[in-house]
Amino acid sequence: MSAVLDDHGHAHDHHGGYGGIMRWITTTNHKDIGTLYLWFSFVMFMVGGVMALVIRAELFEPGLQFVNPDFFNQMTTMHGLIMVFGAIMPAFVGFANWQIPMMIGAPDMAFARLNNWSFWILPFAASLLVLSFFMPGGAPGVGWTMYAPLTVQMGMGMDLTIFAVHLLGMSSIMGSINILTTILNMRAPGMTLMRMPMFVWTWLITAYLLVATMPVLAGAVTMTLADRHFGTSFFNAAGGGDPVLYQHIFWFFGHPEVYIIALPAFGVVSQVIPAFSRKPLFGYASMVSATTGIAILSFIVWAHHMYTVGMPVTGQLFFMYATALIAVPTGVKVFNWVATMWKGSLSFETPMLFAIGFLFLFTMGGFSGLVLSLAAVDIQLHDTYYVVAHFHYVMVAGALFAAFAGVYFWLPKWIGRMYDETLGQWHFWLTMIFFNVTFFVQHFAGLAGMPRRIPDYPLMFETWNKISSIGAFGFGLSQLLFLYIVLKAIRSGERAPQRPWEGADSIDWTMLPTPAPYHTFETPPLIK
Amino acid sequence: MRFVWPRITVSGLLIAMLAGGAAAAALASGAAEAAPWNLQPAASKIAADIHGLHEYVMLLVTVIFVGVFAFMFWAIYAHRKSTGHKAAHFHENTTIEVIWTVIPLVILVVIAWPVTKTVIAQKNTANPDITVKVTGYQWKWGYDYVKGEGEGISFVSTLSTPRDQIEGRAPKGEHYLLEVDNEMVVPIGKKVRVLTTAADVIHSWWVPVFGAKQDAIPGFIRDLWFKAEKTGTFRSQCVELCGKDHGFMPIVVRVVSADDYTRWVAEQKKISAAIADDPNKSYALDELKARGEKVYAANCVACHQSTGKGVPPAFPALDGSKIVNGPKSVQMALVLNGKPGTAMAAFGTQLNDLELAAVVTFTRNAWGNRAGEAIQPSEVKALRK
Repeated sequence: MSAVLDDHGHAHDHHGGYGGIMRWITTTNHKDIGTLYLWFSFVMFMVGGVMALVIRAELFEPGLQFVNPDFFNQMTTMHGLIMVFGAIMPAFVGFANWQIPMMIGAPDMAFARLNNWSFWILPFAASLLVLSFFMPGGAPGVGWTMYAPLTVQMGMGMDLTIFAVHLLGMSSIMGSINILTTILNMRAPGMTLMRMPMFVWTWLITAYLLVATMPVLAGAVTMTLADRHFGTSFFNAAGGGDPVLYQHIFWFFGHPEVYIIALPAFGVVSQVIPAFSRKPLFGYASMVSATTGIAILSFIVWAHHMYTVGMPVTGQLFFMYATALIAVPTGVKVFNWVATMWKGSLSFETPMLFAIGFLFLFTMGGFSGLVLSLAAVDIQLHDTYYVVAHFHYVMVAGALFAAFAGVYFWLPKWIGRMYDETLGQWHFWLTMIFFNVTFFVQHFAGLAGMPRRIPDYPLMFETWNKISSIGAFGFGLSQLLFLYIVLKAIRSGERAPQRPWEGADSIDWTMLPTPAPYHTFETPPLIK
Repeated sequence: MRFVWPRITVSGLLIAMLAGGAAAAALASGAAEAAPWNLQPAASKIAADIHGLHEYVMLLVTVIFVGVFAFMFWAIYAHRKSTGHKAAHFHENTTIEVIWTVIPLVILVVIAWPVTKTVIAQKNTANPDITVKVTGYQWKWGYDYVKGEGEGISFVSTLSTPRDQIEGRAPKGEHYLLEVDNEMVVPIGKKVRVLTTAADVIHSWWVPVFGAKQDAIPGFIRDLWFKAEKTGTFRSQCVELCGKDHGFMPIVVRVVSADDYTRWVAEQKKISAAIADDPNKSYALDELKARGEKVYAANCVACHQSTGKGVPPAFPALDGSKIVNGPKSVQMALVLNGKPGTAMAAFGTQLNDLELAAVVTFTRNAWGNRAGEAIQPSEVKALRK
């Protein structure tokens, strides 16, 4: 506890001398930077959400009502890019910044200035993405996957998007190097790897995935840029290239990317479920190996996104078997979480509700993923709304639900105040119900044959689209409640007790005061 | 007055869910017909196999899902702090961890075996009776019967739903967005191999009732096969984002009996002989303009618009354009060869000399453009090398 007592004496000496906006621009403090990441991702979540609502408004009924097909394609593209790179990924980097040093007994991130830069690249990247709408021809309408050679037909907005992806990639790589170095070098004495909280483990593995795959994405978009402007033919058959090569490169990044988003979510849930079950995480060692297994397998399954490009039969079969294999470690994780709850002493505060919602819906997304992994069946479902439903179960009910669980769980530690529990539960149930209204019916539309990324559709898909659009607006509005809950907690929430969750036992809860002071663990704690 | 949020109770929640369900049901019954919620009824053995596999896998995963979450919900019900349940402290059990690693592996093998057989069958495009090359264009499909009965038949298939229906000025027809001017026709019970390729960007050709989908990739030829077991007209759409009008390039296949197919082939040959355009004939200006307007409506209007104003900057205006009002050889070359890096296709491969001459003549004499000069098919022919 000596670290805690020291902090009280010196906390205010280290604010860096700046106040107001300059504090945030110049900060090298992991907690400030974590806060910046989280607010940035929330803003992006709102921007991407508005785009989703434009899509759902247009699809409320057949025919073209609000937007033209070109703009519709721009919406689907930017919704995807902004949600993946602007909302979900930065949110989990925000959690990493706040929590990893406090969970391993480190005073800050290893590279504090690099940390500042990693964050401050993001607003510029996001601005480039948004600016692309104002270029001649508008933003690119190519889908977030940016398949060649459609990208060659786009206007200048495509170039801005490519540069934005470069910047986002740089930010992610620097952030990951920082996280890797922090975890491997700055653990407190006694904090062995196999004693680290599961959240730290999942981020360690995620950071490796990021360092390995973000350069691949940068390569893919750079080749696109060269094909567009410098006369190369990487993806142009007429010049000796191959459009399918782009897809192989993109998905070599793209599939690990799915786990880059999912693994930190697994980490958050692995902290929350034991805390509210008042029982240690079941199968800690097997959780670590399952996470590692998923990460390794994620590198050899990329072409299951490409069953319809015309691969030879051996290719179809290899990628099918490898993909189905991921169900095994994923299953282990689900079983471990359920076993953690089994014979616990459960209570259902908002973080736990979101964690259970995650567990339930993510497993459904996993099962629709198993259906899609079967090459023969995927032929019927590829590029339909079934796929749209599947990845929203994984990305929204998976990653976003886990992010909400994380915010409600750690907010008392960060700000020293409690959120309003009643409102939190309202937020969960509204989110849960409207999520399913929006996305469950999309499975049916996809099975019946509705292609994705179309601004208008045949009459037989009308019912599902109407229900889905109603759900989407309910879902979107419910998220304003989340903003209100967080602001209310910051302004007038009840003072949080030292340990608001009796079952939470990582060292950020047991060895640090609540709220956590500006500087923590300036002298490393001794972990016994 | 301060708004007080009601406390959430289980009964309140049930009421909310029932209300939501009732609203959804009301909406569903409001639709003219029951909304389709499963794979379309199969019209080939492969599609039937896929449906069978899908149902088999869904059954398995549903059982597993219910089993796993029965444990979770039992824990939620019985192991609650509020009922005074005290937490146990176990956190490992090697036996059970080995079991729940091995059993899923076994289940996967059980699933993979029949799927593998279907994958191999899907990929076997050998020994077809009829081979048809399908070419994706922005935004229509070209069909060329290259081998077997009907060899030599060639046509382009374009959306026939009127603009008025899409923009809400007219009521939508039964086959809204799923109707074309020229349908692909194939005989029942014959193995049809489809070669897919594309002229501009990637498209994807799919007929759900045959369980057949294959991307059409520019510069490459890929293939798929199907053998129809039912006669009828089957409808679908392009399934790879291919630009602005991706949602407006349907695929329609009509399966007919062997006799009807033979009759269709004869008819097609007769029509193509009758309308065979003579590239050496000379045509009058008005004749060319009238023909050109039709060609324009089928091929150009999606981008350059019926007003000739285009949608700048992606799709430039033709009305008042420097190229259209400039030297005719430059414009003809552009239409023949397209403009790489844009959606302007090389129409030399899609249209014949008369059609090209007509459409160029039309654009040079429509809207505010006043060339006053006819371009003859022979001039186009001379430009082709």
